Amino acid sequence: MSEVETLDNMISITINGTEFRAKEGEFILNAARANDVFIPAICYLTRCSPTLACRICLVEADGKQVYACNAKVKEGMSVTTDTPNILEERRAIMEVYDVNHPLQCGVCDQSGECELQNYTLELGIDSQSYMIPDTKRETANWSSILHYDAGLCIVCERCTTVCKDMIGDSAITTVKRGGAVLSKDYKDTMPKDAYSMWNKLQKSVIAPSSGTGETNCSDCGECIAVCPVGALVSRDFVYSTNAWDLTRIPAVSAHSSDGSQIYYEVKPTSIADRTPKIYRVTNEWSYSTLDGSARFGYDFENAGVSKDKEAFAKAIEAFGKAETIRFNSMITNEEAMMLQTLKEEKGIKLYNPEVRAFQKFLSYYNDASGNSLYTTDTDAIMKNSDFVISVGMAMRNDSPAMKYAFNNVQKMNKGAGLYFHPVGDTLIPTFGKSIESFVHKAGLEEASLYLILDLFADAEKLPSAVKDYIASFKREEKETIKEKVIKTVTETVVNADSGEEEEVSKKVTTMEDKEITVTRNGLIDILGNDSSKFDAIFEKMMKKKANFSLMIGEDFYYHKKASNLAKLIALIEATTSIKVVMTPPKSNALGVALICDLDDEATGYTIGYNEIGDFRLSALGDGDLDIPAFNQQEGTMISISKRVLPTNAGLPYGGYELNDIMSELVSSLDNTIDWTPLLPTAKGFKEVSFDSLPNSYTNEGVDNRGYRLSVTSVDVELPVVDKFDESDVLEGEIAYRCNPARQFNDFTDKANQIFETFSLYASPDKAESLGDKVEVVFANGTIELDVVADEKIKGDIVEVPDFKSAKDVYSLFGESRYQTVTIRKV
Amino acid sequence: MSLEQFKNRTVGTQVYKTLDLGETPKSGMDRFKQVVKRTFSLELFVGLWVTIREMGNALFGGNMHTVKYPFEKLPISPRYRAIHDMLRLLESGHYRCIGCGLCEKICISNCISMDTRYDENQRKEVSEYTINFGRCIFCGYCAEVCPELAIVHGGRYENASEQRAGFSIFEDMLTPIDKLNLQQEYDGFGAVTPNADENIKKTPLAY
Repeated sequence: MSEVETLDNMISITINGTEFRAKEGEFILNAARANDVFIPAICYLTRCSPTLACRICLVEADGKQVYACNAKVKEGMSVTTDTPNILEERRAIMEVYDVNHPLQCGVCDQSGECELQNYTLELGIDSQSYMIPDTKRETANWSSILHYDAGLCIVCERCTTVCKDMIGDSAITTVKRGGAVLSKDYKDTMPKDAYSMWNKLQKSVIAPSSGTGETNCSDCGECIAVCPVGALVSRDFVYSTNAWDLTRIPAVSAHSSDGSQIYYEVKPTSIADRTPKIYRVTNEWSYSTLDGSARFGYDFENAGVSKDKEAFAKAIEAFGKAETIRFNSMITNEEAMMLQTLKEEKGIKLYNPEVRAFQKFLSYYNDASGNSLYTTDTDAIMKNSDFVISVGMAMRNDSPAMKYAFNNVQKMNKGAGLYFHPVGDTLIPTFGKSIESFVHKAGLEEASLYLILDLFADAEKLPSAVKDYIASFKREEKETIKEKVIKTVTETVVNADSGEEEEVSKKVTTMEDKEITVTRNGLIDILGNDSSKFDAIFEKMMKKKANFSLMIGEDFYYHKKASNLAKLIALIEATTSIKVVMTPPKSNALGVALICDLDDEATGYTIGYNEIGDFRLSALGDGDLDIPAFNQQEGTMISISKRVLPTNAGLPYGGYELNDIMSELVSSLDNTIDWTPLLPTAKGFKEVSFDSLPNSYTNEGVDNRGYRLSVTSVDVELPVVDKFDESDVLEGEIAYRCNPARQFNDFTDKANQIFETFSLYASPDKAESLGDKVEVVFANGTIELDVVADEKIKGDIVEVPDFKSAKDVYSLFGESRYQTVTIRKV
Repeated sequence: MSLEQFKNRTVGTQVYKTLDLGETPKSGMDRFKQVVKRTFSLELFVGLWVTIREMGNALFGGNMHTVKYPFEKLPISPRYRAIHDMLRLLESGHYRCIGCGLCEKICISNCISMDTRYDENQRKEVSEYTINFGRCIFCGYCAEVCPELAIVHGGRYENASEQRAGFSIFEDMLTPIDKLNLQQEYDGFGAVTPNADENIKKTPLAY
């Protein structure tokens, strides 16, 4: 959301006689909202396509009735929101919504946050003119998370819209419900829009699109968030509390690197136990989208901790003799800064296998491109981009924000996409019609970047060596194709009447083989696609595309040739109009990468900060000294969008924290957040205090949370890139280090509503051949895992998760995310 | 009653009546004489006679005015706001409370708290309910806001205790199931007005 409102894309419109400025090409509804003008609308979701289910946003634009969510503003347009006819339609629509709606507001989970209730009161509906017999609609549990009460549902289709346009799962859809048929009389007597809306409403209900009654989705819960009534609720939350009893605490999602805005909603646990508990997580769903880990992975706090002086003394002693601190990305910027201070003052090594590779990759990229950080972000992609390319990440699992952006571009920007990954995915091609998947062999990541160079680069800018190298993959092939040939054949026939011979010419169409020369791009074949078909497909994909983005994933950081990959990315940026975004592996990986000077290995006496070590500081409650979990801390973290975001403590914490240890060891600052202004300005941080950081969105959807890291850019020469080596390809049984969606670390694992197990994930066929339990043998160790089939995986590569730090999967995989392994049945 | 006397704020100009109190004794001897006269003229018994007469009336004339509290209690007005009762549905015996939480929300001294859950019958169940009577100011808002007439003010007004905080839980306030037939429909604070039906606009129904 970094687009600057320039004067040329602003136009002026009049709404109800007042003149406003609006962005050109924007929907009337969004323009009105941006200017604080209220137009009622139930089914419309910002950042998704208009559903046109509720029809309540009816307005008159230049004398014509249009739906504000669907009609775009034009220069000089005059909009009226309250003509008598519109008011009549609106009232009728609201009356229809209230027909047979259960009067159980007293126990409904929406408890006053109900849009149906709000609009009924707003429009002053105090009587009912319509009626129809009701049909029984059963409640259902769609998954281990979702609870749907069809009786309360007003079929606004916000859930299906967000699932399709934002999440990409398309797991729910409208189905027929067999309600009573509307009386013909209404057609003549009712306002038109209200009638057609009722006609549709009466026929439909929401159900899982799989047809089995179970949603086969990523359980992100975004449908729950957008539901205007209490029809969709999480099973854990049903009837547990009223919304108004909950205190909202603004925070940032802790697990993935999305950095999505969330609220922890807190209330005492029960009558007997008055300690606060997080009942649910909500978000500003108009402007930010959560994944399952953010919405349901909230109950990971380190509860019931008090100040254990003995353990603290031991901790101080341990820090005294420590050579290394091992930690992960689940740490705030402030605490990362503390560790960095320890390194500077005491010479303690900092070891973080999760972030180190990313940090190295960033520095390679920095050297090669001159940019201090990658050039775009997921918000900007959603807003502007119409062609996205994803390389080196299992998008569903690694980065929900990338998945949402990739999907949203297909749906909203009429976009196209290329998806390069060794692990086949059945979901991503369903995001849109113009998506090409390249399921290539592991080890060919450089080839995918060369292909991108070939497809997008401005040939004049490319160094000739690279040009020649790419050209070496092209081969001319003689191809025989069938061609229609029309020939004029002259025949001599005997005229039946006269008996004379005549010459008759006629046209004959024949199919003939013709030999032509075509240029085939060998790179496409190497990457597992069909070069004979790709050109035509690609030509279609490129139509009317102007804004290109490249998403880089974790595979590239854990790659033997990471440096060359970074150079290739820099070359792509220099020679094409593609902008690049990289996925920080987890949580605050980007913050750690910027703040800490990480070391390559751990030596000697090691302190584990939520990690294994000789002395363990742990927020999981099983360490030598307790520390607060992420939802018990205040501080900042950096999202994938390069924003420094403030997060607040959702729950109280009674024990010691890292700052107390720092006070003993180095310097004394009262609170952890006193470190916020001390973050390194050289890396783009600003010298601002924590309490002055804003945390909101504007009505237009402009992200005002925290501040954006300043990114510097210097001109550098084009990097010299290496050729790729096809012998790097991994053959045989391959394991890929990848977590199931929703699992990121020990904390998501601790959360009650995240069920994905620590198992080996494989495609259904592969899982069947492996049996129930296997032992995966790596070069430097083995791990025993249950086998779980994931319908969305294709191919033979198996996924080994890393979210349990105690299993130390990072050491098994070492420098790469792919390893050849031996899998033995157990 | 006329409000004239409250409106007259010119204090000091009223006409006072003076009582005839006789002469105030001046010398010591006069005071002594007054004491002797009052002591021996049996004036004491003039007053005491009233007491003796009423005692006689009470004991023998059947004209007793005192109540033997705590063995006897006076009936109180239905509008009196004492310790809360939780009522049951007369037909099914199920408690009326639906767990909507309005009482908890409206309570101005924050003394009501409740736990609810999703029960086996897909309904909202009140698993526990409590009122802190150390804090409750018996304002009656909870009874007034209750949409089900489930929480009402009962007649139990003895809430003195050794501790400042005194809690009641759901069970304490709920009508015992064996005394359901004794449950009185409450017409005090928050009860439905006699003309409630007239104020309701009916929703058209297709059946």
